Amino acid sequence: MSESQVIKPAAIRKSFTVRAPREKAWDVFTAGFGRWWPKTHYIGDSPLTDAVVEPRQGGRWYGVHEDGAERPWGQVLVWDPPGRLVLDWQISHEWGYRADLHTDVEVIFTAVGDAETQIDFEHRGLEAFGDSEGAVRTRTAMDGGWGTILESFKAEAGG
Amino acid sequence: MTNARAFAALADPTRRAVFERLAQGPRAVSELAQGLPVSRPAVSQHLKVLKEAGLVSDRADGARRVYQIDPAGLGQIRAWLDRFWDVALEAFTAEVERDDPWESDKP
Repeated sequence: MSESQVIKPAAIRKSFTVRAPREKAWDVFTAGFGRWWPKTHYIGDSPLTDAVVEPRQGGRWYGVHEDGAERPWGQVLVWDPPGRLVLDWQISHEWGYRADLHTDVEVIFTAVGDAETQIDFEHRGLEAFGDSEGAVRTRTAMDGGWGTILESFKAEAGG
Repeated sequence: MTNARAFAALADPTRRAVFERLAQGPRAVSELAQGLPVSRPAVSQHLKVLKEAGLVSDRADGARRVYQIDPAGLGQIRAWLDRFWDVALEAFTAEVERDDPWESDKP
């Protein structure tokens, strides 16, 4: 075993059920993307007015801004309605687009009866962030990060 | 929804103490065991759990093994993304479960 091997961070996984049929869940996630995407998270200085996932494989997903610009976030890798969506997340940890950064966001929609949908979410390939030049710098900038995590853990644990 | 695995790893007070020591800088197992009321093998076991949770990494330094918080900052980035997705997916859930005409459009 090589001593210099990169420790791969575990993928982020979230599974939950929403009270909506599968087609609606898919529709809100994709066509309605701009209705729920947090407006606090965008690239650049101009506030976000909309967020779009183009409805096709090879399409883009991007933010639309007050200054009229569209800023790319990545590519639609898999468009398979209403069951599976894979987006290439090309946003760095400094919230900038990087053409050479590739991490996968996969969302699987599974019907649970007629009225509910299970969402299986995964953001994987996070080790790609380690290749980006800013990673170490960010670590310094985020010096308080672990303290914050521990604080939120304590709050979470009812401490 | 939270960073469940990392939180679970940090739920143990001794493990949290080990982790907080690593936050001050890289340490070998023997250094970490000093001052903690647990055996060195127990510290190794705690480190294994922290490593599996993506919180720490290790490297060889001569004959000994040195542990540190992930040098590339991947752990922080992951934690940041994890929190971001919690917020985003909660917003998605709220939107998809919001009463709207979609349902009544159906026959």
